[in-house]
Amino acid sequence: MERKPSSLVYKGWCIFSKDLKSELRNRYAINALLMFAVTTLVAVNFAVGQFGLGEKLLAALFWIVVFFSALSGLAQTFIKEEETKTASTLKLVTSPNSIYLGKLTFNIALLLTLEVVIVPLFFLLSNVGGANLLLFFTVLILASLGLAAATTLIAAIVSKAAVKGALFAALSFPILLPLLVTAIRGTELSFRGEVFMSGFSELKILLSYLVVMITVSLMLFDFVWSE
Amino acid sequence: MSTAQIKISGLSKSFDGRDVFADITEAVSQGECLVITGPNGSGKTTLLRIMAGLLRAGEGSVEYFLGNSVIQRQGLRRKLSLVSQDLALYDELTALENLHFLSRIQDCHFSEEELVEKLSKFGLTDRGNDLVGSFSSGMKQRLKYLHALLKEPKFLLLDEPTANLDEEGVRLVDEIIKSQKRDAIVVLATNEGSELNYGEKTLQLGL
Repeated sequence: MERKPSSLVYKGWCIFSKDLKSELRNRYAINALLMFAVTTLVAVNFAVGQFGLGEKLLAALFWIVVFFSALSGLAQTFIKEEETKTASTLKLVTSPNSIYLGKLTFNIALLLTLEVVIVPLFFLLSNVGGANLLLFFTVLILASLGLAAATTLIAAIVSKAAVKGALFAALSFPILLPLLVTAIRGTELSFRGEVFMSGFSELKILLSYLVVMITVSLMLFDFVWSE
Repeated sequence: MSTAQIKISGLSKSFDGRDVFADITEAVSQGECLVITGPNGSGKTTLLRIMAGLLRAGEGSVEYFLGNSVIQRQGLRRKLSLVSQDLALYDELTALENLHFLSRIQDCHFSEEELVEKLSKFGLTDRGNDLVGSFSSGMKQRLKYLHALLKEPKFLLLDEPTANLDEEGVRLVDEIIKSQKRDAIVVLATNEGSELNYGEKTLQLGL
């Protein structure tokens, strides 16, 4: 045996790799995310298809699909650890912050996988012509990172509760509302084909939200995860 | 080499206003085994979980020492192992994947050959590449012992140590407890008459 102190990032990476391996074997979270996203997107498209929605409504619909898909899948990573009694094993072997980093990376990977599927599908179904794709993808990436950072912390809180689904939605809504509103505004600007700098204030808010959420999570996770 | 010691001082715990146990004080030194016993619901598992840092105590404290210095929580993770029915390994990973993951995350690095050899010693020859979900409860228990001993703990906490094990498994646990008592502290919670004999000290709960 070789004893070699590893960094927080390395331990986070070990947890991410373990979660990814588990997910590839049983598709516990990705199925929930994808099924919800694709069916909602297709249903919405059939319902409003003939009305030719404006950019504001399209942006709102896009983020509603991403938001509710995230609520249905991103909590699974912690809930599964609690339900299978592996949460205590994890608590005994590593620091809370490495667990948060690993779970956050896994949730980011899940969300990006979801977006790889739903973004092309959304553009295909909703006739968004002349969009500023650079602005759209910058908003998408920053908002997704913020969404993953917040839902990872909330998932750790609700994983110990009896009514997980309801509590997850109730806690997520107020915390994610500023992110959601800003992401919708930035996406609307991109759908209108506005220049990149016109969305600068939205990008600043999204970046600030991300930094605050990760900092707060790293400070609070120990208390959330301890008991 | 610094000797290990555990000091439990005035430890109490209650759930929803009901006292599980109150004012427990005990000290255990290296080479000793503390046996916690008592009827169902007397708080044996709760006490072990508090000692492992998985639960907060209501009042009082548990301190771990190496020599004269107190071991902080971060350092304790490298020196303490708990084997319990309440702790599971990952069913969707193989035995070797579980051991690789859990050892790396604890700063212990083993080669594949070393882990395969350890699996053989624990009666799990040729099962390294099988999913843990396909293991019987006794095999899972053996794997938990192997995981617990990987980091060569100074403090080994065992909750019902021989539950789910066959005769050979019970012999294996007997060897583990006897060898751990030489270099470490063993704390075990049990109601099995034969396991009470391991203890230099006995803590009776629920009196």
